[in-house]
Amino acid sequence: MIRYTAKRILSGIVTIWFITTATFLAMHAVPGDPLMNDKAVSEEIRRNLEARYGLDKPLSKQYVIFISNMLKGDFGISFTQQNRRVNDIIREHFPVSAILGILAVVIAALGGMLWGALTALYRNRLPDITIMFLVILGISVPGFVFAATGQLALVHLNAMVGTTVLPVAGWGTFTHMLMPALVLGLGTMALLTRLMRTSMIDVMGEDYIRTAHAKGLSAQRIFLRHQLRNAILPVVTVLGPQIAAITTGGFVVEYVFAIPGLGRYFVQAVQQLDYTVIMGTTVFYGAFLVLMVILVDILYGLIDPRVRLST
Amino acid sequence: MNFLPKNVAMSPSKQASTRETYQRLINSNTEMRGVYVTSRTKEFQVSIRSMTSFLKYCGLLCLLLPVCVQAAVSSEARTIMIALTEEPPQLNSMKATDQVSIFVLGHLMEGLVRYDRRGRLVPGVAESWDVEDLTYTFTLRKDARWSDGQPVTARDFVFSWRNTLDPVTASEYAFILYPVKHGEAINKGKRPITELGVVAEDDRTLIVTLERPTAYFLKLCAFASYLPVREDVVRAKKDRYAADADDFLMNGPFRLEEWVHGASLRMVKNEHYWDRDNIYLNEINAAYVTSDTRARLNLFLDDKIVYTSLDGDTYKDALSNQLRIRSFTTGSVFFLEYNHREDRATANLNLRRAIQHAYDPDEMVNKVLATPGNLTGVSVFPVWLDGIEGKFRDEFPAPIADRNIPRAREYLAAAKRELGGTIPPLVLLVSDSPTATKQAEYIQGELLNNLGLDIRIDKQIFKQRLAKMTSGDFDIVGAGWGPDFDDIMTFGDLFASWNLNNRGRYSNPRYDEQVRTAMNSVDPATRMRAMSKAQQILFDDAVVLPQYEQGVIYLLHPKLRGVVRRVTGVDPDFTRARIIQ
Repeated sequence: MIRYTAKRILSGIVTIWFITTATFLAMHAVPGDPLMNDKAVSEEIRRNLEARYGLDKPLSKQYVIFISNMLKGDFGISFTQQNRRVNDIIREHFPVSAILGILAVVIAALGGMLWGALTALYRNRLPDITIMFLVILGISVPGFVFAATGQLALVHLNAMVGTTVLPVAGWGTFTHMLMPALVLGLGTMALLTRLMRTSMIDVMGEDYIRTAHAKGLSAQRIFLRHQLRNAILPVVTVLGPQIAAITTGGFVVEYVFAIPGLGRYFVQAVQQLDYTVIMGTTVFYGAFLVLMVILVDILYGLIDPRVRLST
Repeated sequence: MNFLPKNVAMSPSKQASTRETYQRLINSNTEMRGVYVTSRTKEFQVSIRSMTSFLKYCGLLCLLLPVCVQAAVSSEARTIMIALTEEPPQLNSMKATDQVSIFVLGHLMEGLVRYDRRGRLVPGVAESWDVEDLTYTFTLRKDARWSDGQPVTARDFVFSWRNTLDPVTASEYAFILYPVKHGEAINKGKRPITELGVVAEDDRTLIVTLERPTAYFLKLCAFASYLPVREDVVRAKKDRYAADADDFLMNGPFRLEEWVHGASLRMVKNEHYWDRDNIYLNEINAAYVTSDTRARLNLFLDDKIVYTSLDGDTYKDALSNQLRIRSFTTGSVFFLEYNHREDRATANLNLRRAIQHAYDPDEMVNKVLATPGNLTGVSVFPVWLDGIEGKFRDEFPAPIADRNIPRAREYLAAAKRELGGTIPPLVLLVSDSPTATKQAEYIQGELLNNLGLDIRIDKQIFKQRLAKMTSGDFDIVGAGWGPDFDDIMTFGDLFASWNLNNRGRYSNPRYDEQVRTAMNSVDPATRMRAMSKAQQILFDDAVVLPQYEQGVIYLLHPKLRGVVRRVTGVDPDFTRARIIQ
């Protein structure tokens, strides 16, 4: 088990190094100049700015400096917000994305299991067909459509009730999170519904379910104890990567609902060619994804020894 | 289908019997109907039941949670809520360049002078001033204070101005301090910062010596880069100066109480502000940060913010919601700028004149932009600029090229002869916004239909477009210019051969001469006549093709009065706004 874990961690480190190097090279290959703005500046100022960000040195040297700073855990100062450190940006904004992401996954998981179980019970009948149609919508409609529609729905809801039932946008309380989390989780919920449906149908055909019926167990007990519990297993295994995907992919939702998450900085940095923020957020997100995958791998190894042996 | 008898109480002792009753009822019901029912349906009924109660519980939970979201205006608390389009990137006044930062700084800080609601200069930190040739002597008011209670002194201005010009600071707006003696030399590292022509004679006397006569120097004193900064705070905070709410001091009508990065920015009335009695609002709370116009419109509809600007799409929604739409001309001018570098086809005057006569900006404004508020562009000098006594546009009307296709084709034929028979495809460099794309396609179509010119659209994101503009990798570029200060010179020197923002590298000694005349004079008549000649040269040489003077359309809370819109500086200005009942 130790060898298996060590192997996983080592390959994770190599992956992160690869992400770092590829991003560094790609970023510098993009045409455009991070130090250029609407107003043209004199040569003198330009040289000072280059010196401040170390852009006056050759690329190879910049790379070495970046890697050594990164190992010390320092990503430098943002180009657009010249008095903020990239570390502070990640520290202040990642928790927001993480909370939103986790809530979205919880909503997606609960919803997915519920709808999935329902469709399996009602296979090929009206509720199944209706829900599966919605599932296809959920998978194919892009997130920003859901975000805009969800927000508009809140405006109408609040206008109808006459008071603020749920805030339209912003951040701060639990109520601020509900609609964005739901919108963010919809795609995953649709995915999980399909997964749950298949898994539930498999379970329902198993012998032990027939046995349970034969024993005269109550329908509720069979549903909760024997069917649901066994059908959930494959769904749980995809949750790990889904948490990572949702947490890192919430840009549109953050934008529409005015949420101070890291996704906004991640995307805007690319548009602004904010070198330090691009590197900081990409490496951080990359490391986060790799970490989630390693965790899932290790858990698999613990749960099922065959996984360990096959590597 | 609820088979549960209504009178069954759900006390714990009776739960078991309830379930039995329930089961019996289901069974009897199915038997009664004589329908074969699989166990699956029963399971389903059970799960449906538990699910509905679960959902009811969730719904109740949502409704019970306290939702305390402030409304857009609160008359009792004298609070207004606004949304920012982005997080202010830089609240260090010595380095701020963007509109959002300058908007926030305008509410938190005050310079020597400020603009009142009618756009007139009125005393700010300086209570009076004397002008003698090149020397300005400002007397600072006794009761001007920082948010920590200490007085604002002349030294705070000296420190700020020197620091902005210091090449080590690398401030992008340093050029705006060039009228101060030795300003430019200091910024280029040729003189030490101590030689700057600004002296604090005592705490309340600031003496400024200018490099050359500058008619608009007082107007510059209202600009963000001229704001005072306390040296001890900068020394203490170093790189983190103005990075957070408690990392800098304010001397304006409001102070920054709380700043949650990317989320909110709460400005409360500054109890140390000298004119606090004339400030009505107790708090301006920027509780939302999003550049999504639709999200901001939704917030406005939900009565959560007092102001939002609209774009082409949200404009239609606002109309259908029967909201009062206001418009305002921002003061910025948009134009097509030609590349005048010698190796480019657009360096040919006849080609530029052909385009000038083949294109009608009026149609572009009314049919392509199609939102209210925009004015048809006729000159680089916008309509709001002051002239000798009235407006410059009235005193010196801009020459206008009529759309005249036969004439345009004559110019084109001449251009073709000069360029060796054919016109190569022209690269039109534009930004990646939807509006810019629409305009570019319109221009492409017009020039193809009217002149048979092949226009290649090159759409680039902000930084790439700037890089291409600077290196000259274009034939025509969709450009614009927003005024930095309230004087004709902010547009006047734009195409001077020495101006780094002259990205098409237009160079004409006759134009340069007019700019110099206007720069070195304080006599309005001399300056405006020189600028009028410059305007004529720009037209004759077809240096640019004016497109439009930008307008914005926006919504404002009906209970709010006294919000000022400005072409330069703080816009919109909420500092002296009031709430009516």
